[in-house]
Amino acid sequence: MKRATKRVIPGFGLSMGVTLSILSLVVLIPLASLVVFTANMDFGDVIATITRKRVLAGFEVSILTALIASLINAVMGVVLAWVLVRYDFPLKRIIDGMIELPFALPTAVAGIALTSLTADTGLIGGFFDKLGIKIAYTRIGIIIALVFIGIPFVVRAVQPVLEKLDGSYEEAALVMGASRTRIFWKVIFPEIRPAVFTGFGLAFGRCLGEYGSVVFIAGNQPYETEIVPLIIMSELQEYDYSSATAIALVMLAISFIILFGVNLIQMRNAKILKGGR
Amino acid sequence: MQTAKKKSGGSKAVKWILIGISFVFIFLMLVLPLITVITEALKQGWQVYIEAVADEYTVKAILLTIEATVFAVAINTIFGLFAAWALTKFRFKGKKLLGTLIDLPVTVSPIIAGLIFVLTFGRQSPIYPLLEQLDIKIVFAVPGIIIATVFVTFPFISRELIPVLEAQGSDEEEAAALMGAKGFTIFRKITFPHIKWAFLYGVVLCAARAMGEFGAVSVLSGHLRGKTNTLPLHVEILFNEFKYVPAFAVASILVIMAVIILIVKSVAEYIGKRESENVR
Repeated sequence: MKRATKRVIPGFGLSMGVTLSILSLVVLIPLASLVVFTANMDFGDVIATITRKRVLAGFEVSILTALIASLINAVMGVVLAWVLVRYDFPLKRIIDGMIELPFALPTAVAGIALTSLTADTGLIGGFFDKLGIKIAYTRIGIIIALVFIGIPFVVRAVQPVLEKLDGSYEEAALVMGASRTRIFWKVIFPEIRPAVFTGFGLAFGRCLGEYGSVVFIAGNQPYETEIVPLIIMSELQEYDYSSATAIALVMLAISFIILFGVNLIQMRNAKILKGGR
Repeated sequence: MQTAKKKSGGSKAVKWILIGISFVFIFLMLVLPLITVITEALKQGWQVYIEAVADEYTVKAILLTIEATVFAVAINTIFGLFAAWALTKFRFKGKKLLGTLIDLPVTVSPIIAGLIFVLTFGRQSPIYPLLEQLDIKIVFAVPGIIIATVFVTFPFISRELIPVLEAQGSDEEEAAALMGAKGFTIFRKITFPHIKWAFLYGVVLCAARAMGEFGAVSVLSGHLRGKTNTLPLHVEILFNEFKYVPAFAVASILVIMAVIILIVKSVAEYIGKRESENVR
């Protein structure tokens, strides 16, 4: 490291040193071991593992439930953000604070609570059971658990954008006689759309990998309600590290694609915010 | 702005319908599960509840959870402060990449996080013979639980600090440095007062996630009761053994902690926001 002629503030060497050492120990070396292990695997075996029927079914369950849950959260997230930014009502502060409960509550606790609520003997499950709908131990149960996990993402992405939204366009539209529905779709929604996509992407990524809350409510039947993280877990319990790693690599690839998409949207969003249209 | 807000709020009916939907959603998805935990835990009265909470294995699980949480908060605090300083006060190549790598642990499924550490320290790892010679056990032992917890909470503190430091800029630090202040003095007197609420917020989030981590810890724990069981894993075992009342009793400890965390978080956020508004 050259003497910091341009760097007035001290501590570059030290802070970079500490940052890189801890990063290497906690993240880089373990990741490298994944790469090394993968490099020693046989490509044919990897393909054989991930195209097993049970694994493919797991991907179907995982992706489908995560997608539906994230869509529900995208809609409810916009509603909640709208209500919290635009309206005043009793208990608003408490509701606002509660949005982050899924981040604070351990997923296992959420899992057992939702399971006991939606089982046939539970409060909600009992009601739906009379209508002939089973929630716990079906895919609907998985979706419910994932909706719980994903609540904060869209709300917290949309809320700041709505808060900063310039009211003058809406006012202009209103003065010119546009209906409120039209104002929402033509004036407001285009502004919050990138934030909705970002929140949706983050929720989707989180839901795909979610384990703790889902294992209790899912019933974990192969082909029906067995999610991918659970398949990886059972391979690990059988000490079949190669299969576990092969499936994990596909999961990693999917989450990187999602992350990349989210970053792309965020970059475009930042350009719009900074560049001014 | 104020008038626009009122006008764009739409008709009264729409307003109350949307508020109604929000209340029902929040009640069903967030409030009801919390109530369930408490009612299920107290189903057979306080006696049974206290017995479940004071159970030998529960106490051991609490202690292990606290241990892992303390380690995660301590390591990530050191990392978060240094990383935030390095990433916001200096310009260098590869900054974006560094930021992405720091965020990586939270984008990975907890099960995969566990898998990564099994591959690093487990039986098939190249360093396993060395670990065995030194008699160090990581997988299916306490160190594994700690390192997995550190991993899944890795960016929690730095991520809260970086935006605040970026918004604040580094003019004040530069001025202080030019006037001859030492690095630590600058940090203590100028930087830290700006970030203290964000820092507290980060610590709280980190602690919450560390306490509740399930997937990654579950892979590395081996579920040895009284030895490698954290609170969430203990809940799982009890629940799977159909011991519902003890399971919910133990879960209620975590619920209480979650509620405390949310309150601290809201207060820290509120004061932090007010202070940054006052400065401007």
